[in-house]
Amino acid sequence: MARLSPEVTALDTMPNSAATPGPTTLGEPTIDWDLSIRPVRELNQFLHDLAHNARPEMPHVRILHPNGRHNLAVGLQVPANIEILGHAGYFIAGMNQAAHITVDGNVGWSVAENMMSGIVRVKGCASECAGASAHGGLLVIEGDASSRCGISLKGGQIVVGGSVGHLSAFMAQAGTMVVCGDAGAALGDSLYEAVIYVRGSIHSLGADAREEPMQTDDLKTVADLLQRAAISADPQTFRRVASARQLYHWHAEAQY
Amino acid sequence: MANEESSSFNRHVMDYIHRASETGLYDIRGLGAKRNLPTFDDLVFLTASASRYPLEGYREKCVTTTLLGTRFAKKPLELQIPITIAGMSFGSLSANVKDAVGRAATACGTSTTTGDGGMTREERKSSQTLVYQCLPSRYGFNPDDLRQADAIELVIGQGAKPGGGGMLLGQKVNARVAKMRTLPEGIDQRSACRHPDWVGPDDLTIKLQELREITDWQVPIYIKMGATRVKDDVKLAVKAGADVVVIDGMQGGTAATQQVFIEHAGIPTLAALPLAVEALEEMDVFGEVQLIISGGIRSGADVAKALALGADAVAVGQGTLMALGCNRETWLGPDGPHDARADYEKLGTAPGFCHHCHTGQCPVGITTQDPVLETRLNPEEGARRLRNYLQVLTMELTTLARACGKSNVHHLEREDLVALTIEAAAMARVPLAGTDWIPGHRHF
Repeated sequence: MARLSPEVTALDTMPNSAATPGPTTLGEPTIDWDLSIRPVRELNQFLHDLAHNARPEMPHVRILHPNGRHNLAVGLQVPANIEILGHAGYFIAGMNQAAHITVDGNVGWSVAENMMSGIVRVKGCASECAGASAHGGLLVIEGDASSRCGISLKGGQIVVGGSVGHLSAFMAQAGTMVVCGDAGAALGDSLYEAVIYVRGSIHSLGADAREEPMQTDDLKTVADLLQRAAISADPQTFRRVASARQLYHWHAEAQY
Repeated sequence: MANEESSSFNRHVMDYIHRASETGLYDIRGLGAKRNLPTFDDLVFLTASASRYPLEGYREKCVTTTLLGTRFAKKPLELQIPITIAGMSFGSLSANVKDAVGRAATACGTSTTTGDGGMTREERKSSQTLVYQCLPSRYGFNPDDLRQADAIELVIGQGAKPGGGGMLLGQKVNARVAKMRTLPEGIDQRSACRHPDWVGPDDLTIKLQELREITDWQVPIYIKMGATRVKDDVKLAVKAGADVVVIDGMQGGTAATQQVFIEHAGIPTLAALPLAVEALEEMDVFGEVQLIISGGIRSGADVAKALALGADAVAVGQGTLMALGCNRETWLGPDGPHDARADYEKLGTAPGFCHHCHTGQCPVGITTQDPVLETRLNPEEGARRLRNYLQVLTMELTTLARACGKSNVHHLEREDLVALTIEAAAMARVPLAGTDWIPGHRHF
């Protein structure tokens, strides 16, 4: 049987050919990485190695021709500035720590899953499970996000410029999700302590989720997140969804 | 007939119905299936005689070294014995227990495994080889711990509750457990039954690649599954790119789940193992993708039979807890043994019958987060007992291997076994003793 071995070994030095110096912004060196020439394995290894090569400036890497490839810029642990110029596949920016990653296009499933810190911005739309289990950081989806956005959220913050699909924020434990459009069915099913703000319609609430009145702190939270996400909307137009906390302990009536 | 007990509605069944009608709640408990199932006890070895010659039991070398993760990982695991410690969570177990398990495993040259709830500093420190579980709940899962793991085990399910998520009742969710899991203290915690970021086998392939990319293809990745549709599941795991497949039979334990799950879901370990081997053989990766079997492994004989049927290693969970003192009458303090029977009685049980891990009131200080009860398990003493147990399992294993004429425990083979019952013969795909009949497979 054919072995799915990694395509190349780790890079010890600055890549050449596909990774060429590009235009400089604010004095930081820009590196262009062309995925039509060099593979994902090499890219990730190069980005991981940034953690071992201290630099005075935040590295700026532009990833060209992503063409829907999966697992780009996963497991980063330094405050690098990464731009993915085009549509990308699954698990983009997975488990991100500290890096600022922008996708100038759409993404597949599970963008920024288990993110710990940093900022991930998708200028297009995201498929399912965006921000799944994110423990920290900020995920911005400027377009729509599909189903299960913010599932199992553990402290991360998500701002969606458009709408989210069904079962979004399912079992979300902590953190905040701001939805500027509509929410699909079963929003916030089995919520713990995460809080959801929705501006548009809510198709239906999931088990143990309930709508609550907006308080001053809620308005401030929404305003702050919208500002950080650079998305314009009036915080007064949002509604708050949180856990009714009726499923926190087992009892005979908890039969959803 | 006046005093005849009904087979269908016996006292156990009546108790169940009375309790259900009284409370409106189903039973939740710990440990594994208690019903009578076909097991490795139903197999025996055809040790050497005139047609085979044995190795001398005490002196001749019998290799137990076990390699796991040779398919893709740059750093496969090399264990000294084919007996690993199954994943058990901090939360269900105390930090002292995780420490003790790590010490014993390290002394025996084998691996321990984290569980639902993340990696504790105690187990990382005490375990030379630590397998880090990636579970559906993702409690405490983070890239820093991922990078310091020696292997990753992506858990799809477990034998005690395949298709079900975990439970940790509020009495065990103390401040530390709650913080590690990002949950409010004291709630009855539910772990998700499916992963948050992938759903089907095609997604799983990409998920595995993500974990490999994050860890730079250094460490092996296992996929663990409860034993249900074993053949299909193993094939999908192989296709997804697993280095190691772990199959957990229905006798596998848990810290807490519904009784109906424990007794009525999944298939016995004995039936699961040959199916997994068959799947690997059909995929032409037997030996390339390693197989770990778990679920009710108790003795060196069980280990030997598992290896003979095609496993590369076993994982032991409940046996580990019992070695530490689970269900013993006493716990050992600095001043000697203390009687724990009154504490068992408070739980409505007795030593030998207890499965009250879910209550957090473990009389011997193992499955608890209670700061007082926790002290009943001294990590050093626990490590000593577990080390002894692992040593006995290994000695029993090599005893049988040598008697079969094998200088390496991995040379044990299916041909070395026969079955004592028709059921075991059919499940294990070995002949019924005294015949060449394998029901359902040969000489129908």
